Amino acid sequence: MHVMLICRKLLLSIYRRCCIPTIAVGYCGYTNLLEKGLHMSLYEEIGGEAAVNAAVDIFYRKVLQDDRIKQFFEGVDMDRQAAKQKAFLTMAFGGPNNYTGEDMRRGHAHLVAKGLNDSHFDAVMENLGATLTELNVPDNLIAQAAAIAESTRNDVLGR
Amino acid sequence: MASILFEDKTYDCNSGESVLDCLTRNGVLLPSSCRNGVCQTCMMHAVSGNIPEPAQKGLKDTLKIQGYFLACVCRPEQDLEIRQANTESMRHSGIVSAMELMNESVMRLRLRPIEPVEYQAGQFINLLHHDAARSYSLASLPGDGELELHVRHVPDGQVSSWIHQKLQLNDSIEFHGPAGDCFYVPGNPEQPLLLVGTGTGLAPLYGILRDAIARGHTGEIHLFHGSLHRDGLYLVDTLQYLASTHDNVHYIPCVLRGEAPEGGTIGAIDDVVINSLPKLNGWRSYLCGDPEIVRRLQSKIYLAGASMQEIHADAFTFTPH
Repeated sequence: MHVMLICRKLLLSIYRRCCIPTIAVGYCGYTNLLEKGLHMSLYEEIGGEAAVNAAVDIFYRKVLQDDRIKQFFEGVDMDRQAAKQKAFLTMAFGGPNNYTGEDMRRGHAHLVAKGLNDSHFDAVMENLGATLTELNVPDNLIAQAAAIAESTRNDVLGR
Repeated sequence: MASILFEDKTYDCNSGESVLDCLTRNGVLLPSSCRNGVCQTCMMHAVSGNIPEPAQKGLKDTLKIQGYFLACVCRPEQDLEIRQANTESMRHSGIVSAMELMNESVMRLRLRPIEPVEYQAGQFINLLHHDAARSYSLASLPGDGELELHVRHVPDGQVSSWIHQKLQLNDSIEFHGPAGDCFYVPGNPEQPLLLVGTGTGLAPLYGILRDAIARGHTGEIHLFHGSLHRDGLYLVDTLQYLASTHDNVHYIPCVLRGEAPEGGTIGAIDDVVINSLPKLNGWRSYLCGDPEIVRRLQSKIYLAGASMQEIHADAFTFTPH
């Protein structure tokens, strides 16, 4: 028990030092300890707030240049938009947030009125995946983040 | 237990309670969304009292300095007086001390305030005339003693016509303010600065430029001033002089049509800026003037690598009449 706790602390300290600023997380010898009960949340594994900040810079720039969806961002206050992207990514990475389905519905209603549909949601999902890939996040973590984002589809599209 | 003064009513904040929760509990509905200190929908302004650091996380330095904060994560440790962001600030009056045309349509207007006005070069004031109010940016430095505005004569414009045709020396003018987030922030003297303005967007930039120089800014400062054509430019000699006497200052006048002054260029200002400075990582930008151009610039500058926190955009939405 004692040895396992020391190993856990050591691994976490190595992880934290290597993890920020890049968010490449290797599993290596973690898996044994993980099986024995060492558990990090998705948010911690992806890299927490530092990961969100790195991701926003890439994600928002992708979205601004994506012809399928950039029209929804035109004429919008860029500072506010970047802050919202940060909140969205925090949620998608399993991070702390207090969004409700109703918030997502209300927040996107005016865009739905302008024609926001599944194809646009798909495009955003694609950009999210591409962003995380660029940041070397392992596939299984990308899948988990994608699942969280996907779960907002009906609320975002007002269905 | 801290108390919050908001719109003339006092609210007692429970220990550890956020400003948002306290006001909501009392039936005051403020805009909010993520309720986690990230999306900035709940941003408010503290008129007095200290804001705990976590409540300003993620805000630009120009906002922090002015006391803006996020209500959903603000757990006050002392009494606060707060306002909704963008509410009217103090009313002042000033005496017209100088009026001079700098080109066919732009007047340099100087006001001597009756009481001292605290501001940063690059902020703006709202001039009041009958039932109208118009925003004009401050091109002066606080130490100048007088406020300097650059007023373009808008065809059939209610306030600008009055200023150009009726206003006289020694007349009194009332105004609200100052307000605005486009101003120089010391602390990073080597950071390269990009100043881009169209028309009277030069006013705040002229103030920011002189402010940066006065505070010993050593990093590169690139000032681009755009106009339809040469007639719309002004302060050309002054800016050329500043550029020639300061190694780190570069002045590029830019015209869409016709001939450009010496050192200038012809073209759309957003293209000119990005062609001239394609990589803007680490730069701080101030963008002032025509809203459409400011928006395009903001986007292009961000895509050229500048961080969102370092882009300060001030779109001059003008009132047609």
